[in-house]
Amino acid sequence: MCKFSAIVAALLVASTPSAAQLPVFGVGRPPTAEEIRDLGTPIAPSGAGLPEGSGTAATGREVFAAQCARCHAPKAQGDIGPTLFGGQGSLQSARPLKTVGSFWPYATTVWDYINRAMPFDKPGLLKPSEVYAVTAYILNLNGIIGETDVMDAKSLPKVKMPNRDGFVADPRPDVGNTKK
Amino acid sequence: MKNSKRTSRRQMLRIGALAMGGGLLAGKKAQAAETPSKLGIPLGPYGERSPYEKAVRWTRQSRTPETGSSFTPLADSVGTLTPSSLHYERHHSGIPTIDPEQHRLIIHGMVDRPLSLSVAEIRRLPSISRVMVMECGGNSGSEWAAATGPDVQRSFGLVSCSEWTGVSLAMLLKEVGVRPGGSWVIAEGADACRMMRSIPLAKAMDDALIAYGQNGEALRPAQGYPLRLLLPGWEGNTNVKWLHSLKLTDQPYMARDETAKYTDLMPDGKARIFTYRMEAKSVITFPSGGQTLPGPGLYELTGLAWSGGGRIERVEITADGGKTWTNAQLQEPRMPIAFTRFRLSWRFDGREAVIASRAADETGYVQPSREELIAVRGTNSGYHFNGMKFWKVHTDGTVTNV
Repeated sequence: MCKFSAIVAALLVASTPSAAQLPVFGVGRPPTAEEIRDLGTPIAPSGAGLPEGSGTAATGREVFAAQCARCHAPKAQGDIGPTLFGGQGSLQSARPLKTVGSFWPYATTVWDYINRAMPFDKPGLLKPSEVYAVTAYILNLNGIIGETDVMDAKSLPKVKMPNRDGFVADPRPDVGNTKK
Repeated sequence: MKNSKRTSRRQMLRIGALAMGGGLLAGKKAQAAETPSKLGIPLGPYGERSPYEKAVRWTRQSRTPETGSSFTPLADSVGTLTPSSLHYERHHSGIPTIDPEQHRLIIHGMVDRPLSLSVAEIRRLPSISRVMVMECGGNSGSEWAAATGPDVQRSFGLVSCSEWTGVSLAMLLKEVGVRPGGSWVIAEGADACRMMRSIPLAKAMDDALIAYGQNGEALRPAQGYPLRLLLPGWEGNTNVKWLHSLKLTDQPYMARDETAKYTDLMPDGKARIFTYRMEAKSVITFPSGGQTLPGPGLYELTGLAWSGGGRIERVEITADGGKTWTNAQLQEPRMPIAFTRFRLSWRFDGREAVIASRAADETGYVQPSREELIAVRGTNSGYHFNGMKFWKVHTDGTVTNV
C-alpha cells in the first residue's frame, strides 16, 4: 500500500474545498436508500463496501463451471474471455502474460470486477457468496490462496497479491524533446 | 440516361452563367428549351447525409460485439469536428437504452449534502460548451508492436472531436460540500458492467464537466446519453459514459480498468498507473495509407493534430523520411485539447516520398518518433502511443504504411 500512497499523494495537488460551503442552486434532493442500493457498490482496497457472505475455491469451481467456463474455458485457460491464471514472472519478458495472478495488485479488485461486470452476458447475476467463491477459485488457480481458505469481507482485503508492488507513478513527459 | 445528360448540361450552363454574374436570367433562358426539372425529395424531420457519402466507422469482427472499439474514418473527415454519428466508440458491455426521465446522477460518499439530480435539473444549471478532443487511451496501441496500421482509420481512429455541452463538476461539488479528507471521486456508469474509474478530486475541481450535449444536440447513446463525465485531455476511458454515480472517497478504488487495464507495462516489469493524460499527437490524413494520388502535381497535404496538454503550437511536415521538416499552416482558431487542422502545399513529382507530421503543443512538448517511445517504454506498454506515423507515396501514386 505504501507505494500506492506515494503515487496517490502526488496526484492530490491543491483544491480541497472547505466543508463550510453552502448549496448555491438548491437543485436536486437527497438520494433515497433505494437509489443508493441500485448503484454498483464500489469496493475499496481496504475492503470497504464488501458485503456479508463467504466462499472457498471448492465451491467456486462449481460456480465457475456453471457461469464462467463457457467464455473462459473449463479450466480457465481462456477462450472468448481471457486466461485467468499464469504469467507470474513474465512481465519483463518479450511476451508478458497479464493475469489476476501475475498482474492484478488487489484481490478486492477481482471481487469488485466479477461482481459488477461478470458474467459478461449477465452482469450482476452472482450472489455475494458466489462472487467470493469464484474469486477464491481464481486466486487458488494462481497459487495465491489454499483450496480451503475462506474468502469473506475480512479475509479478502488481507490477501497479498504477487504484483502488489508492481506499479509506479506516471513520469511523463518521459520521451521526446520538450524544447519550444 | 438521356435525361441525366440533359440535366448535367443544363447545370453546366447554370454554373457558367453564375460565374459571369448573369445567374437567373441566363439559367431561365437555358431551361426554356429543355424538359422540366424533376422535383427533389421532400423536406424531413431529421437529416441524413447524401447517399453518395459512404464513410463509416470500422470495427473488428467479434464474438462479443457488445465490447470492442469502432474507429473514426479520419481520412474522410474535413475540418476539425467529428460528426456524432462517426465518433469513435469503446464499449465494455454494450450501449444501454436509458430513459432520461428515469435517470439520475447521485453524488454521495464524503459529502455534507448527498444529492440525487435529475437530468432536467442538471440542464437547468449554468452551462458550458467547449470543443474538445476525446481519445481512447489505447488509440494506436497496435503501433507499439509494429507500425503496420494500413490506414489512418485503423491505426489512429480512436480519436474524435466534438463540441460538448454540460455543467461544471466543480459547481456540483460545491453544492454537495466535499468533506475534509475527500480526495477522490469514484465515477460509475449505468451500463451493464457499471464502468468505474477513480478520479483525483483536483481534476474534478479543475475543468471536469458533466456533459449532456454533443454537437448541438443531446449526447448520442453511444457517447453516454443522457450524461457523461468529461475530463479534458484525459484518456477516453476516464470520461465515464451513462454516468449515474459520483462517490467521494479518501482513496482510489483500484478498479479493474485502472489496474489490470489502462496501465502501461514497462520493460523492467513495472507498470505505470494513473496515466491519465494524452500527449501531443498528429497524423497526416491526406495523402495516407490506402489512398492513391492520380498523378504528379500540386496537392494540399493535410491532417489533424491535438494534445491533452493544451493548444497545438506547431506542426512540422517531412516529405523525405524525416531528414528535413517544414512548418505546416494551422487552421485557426486553435482551441486547447481540440483537433487542429494543418495543411501544406506539396508537389508530388512522381518520385517516391516518405511523409510524416510531428506536432508540438503550448507546453513545448514535441511529438516523438515511434523509435524514441520504444527506447524508453519498450513495446508492451499497450497504451498512450503518440508516435509519428510515416506514409510512403509510391511512384505510381499509391500510398501505404511504412
